[in-house]
Amino acid sequence: MKLAIQVNEGPYTHQAADTAYKFVEAALEKGHEIYRIFFYHDGVNNGTRLTTPPQDDRNIVARWSALAEKHNIDLVICVAAAQRRGIADADEAKRNSKDADNIAPGFRISGLGQLIEAGIQSDRLVVFGD
Amino acid sequence: MLHTVNKSPFGSNSLETCLKMATSGSTVLLIEDGVYAALKDSSVAETIAQAMGTVTIAALAPDLAARGVADKVMDGIKLVDYSGFVDLVCETDKTTAWL
Amino acid sequence: MSDEMMDEGGTIKKFAYINRKAPYGTIYALESLEVVLIGAAFEQDVSLFFLDDGVFQLTKGQKTDGIGMKNFSPTYRALEMYDVEKLYVSEEALAARGLTADDLLVDVEVVADSEIAGMLDEQDVVLSF
Repeated sequence: MKLAIQVNEGPYTHQAADTAYKFVEAALEKGHEIYRIFFYHDGVNNGTRLTTPPQDDRNIVARWSALAEKHNIDLVICVAAAQRRGIADADEAKRNSKDADNIAPGFRISGLGQLIEAGIQSDRLVVFGD
Repeated sequence: MLHTVNKSPFGSNSLETCLKMATSGSTVLLIEDGVYAALKDSSVAETIAQAMGTVTIAALAPDLAARGVADKVMDGIKLVDYSGFVDLVCETDKTTAWL
Repeated sequence: MSDEMMDEGGTIKKFAYINRKAPYGTIYALESLEVVLIGAAFEQDVSLFFLDDGVFQLTKGQKTDGIGMKNFSPTYRALEMYDVEKLYVSEEALAARGLTADDLLVDVEVVADSEIAGMLDEQDVVLSF
């Protein structure tokens, strides 16, 4: 089955990103397709490569990147939400005259239309938030 | 429909609203802090027991275990792992999250 | 399905937006509205549900100058221009908060929770904020 995921909260403060990850992992193991994971609200903070958790803790951001690389998953960060919260890729940084970008590997920044499109194209949309 | 509730019933009305919206035959899956609604002898146990008459109540076992309450779950609650969560999503026509 | 529903060979799904949070205290209400506005371009069958504290998003007379935030409540009145016309408000949520439909800044349909439950059952995609 084709599944789309929406993550509404950032890493560490809320469990949403952890639950979403465990859910996606289980879905992939069962042979389902992850059509897209859309990061909205503070969920955009799942995509900053500057995250540095303690060594004995999980690295939520790196975990998403690894999953995306291994299974070719589309990780989309909402551009409007990202601009508010200071998440930028090279293009965004340039467009908004910022001195750096911080997007993690495997993520891309795009519009809210990607969420609606995921809802249309997938068989199920599951929202994780708080 | 599958409903997910991720809030403790002792600090939020998410479960209450969810149960009002869950029509007969649907499934309510308790996840994250939502699993505290599964505790026997709690002040919401009666609410859950009543809901079981029309809807299936499930709880995410890893979240119960993490919170040290796995052995306090009331009878009749279906325990699932993440794989079972995925199955519930696929078996039902859609999922609504009560955040 | 009518001809109108089959334009551009696209799928028309029933999208529900569930709004259960008050405005300003958190950003969910505002960013939910942003999804609705962008989503309108996809010409899906959209319904907005205002439950619990979500009904506070629609109160008349919001003045945000004093908190330094933008008052986005007029946007709800503009939804009609985006062909987003199905706004449903929980009768019980309104009553519990001492409000009536007269306190709201836009025309809505006030519906009992039991009826909303049935309407949600008929949706294809439910977005929660």
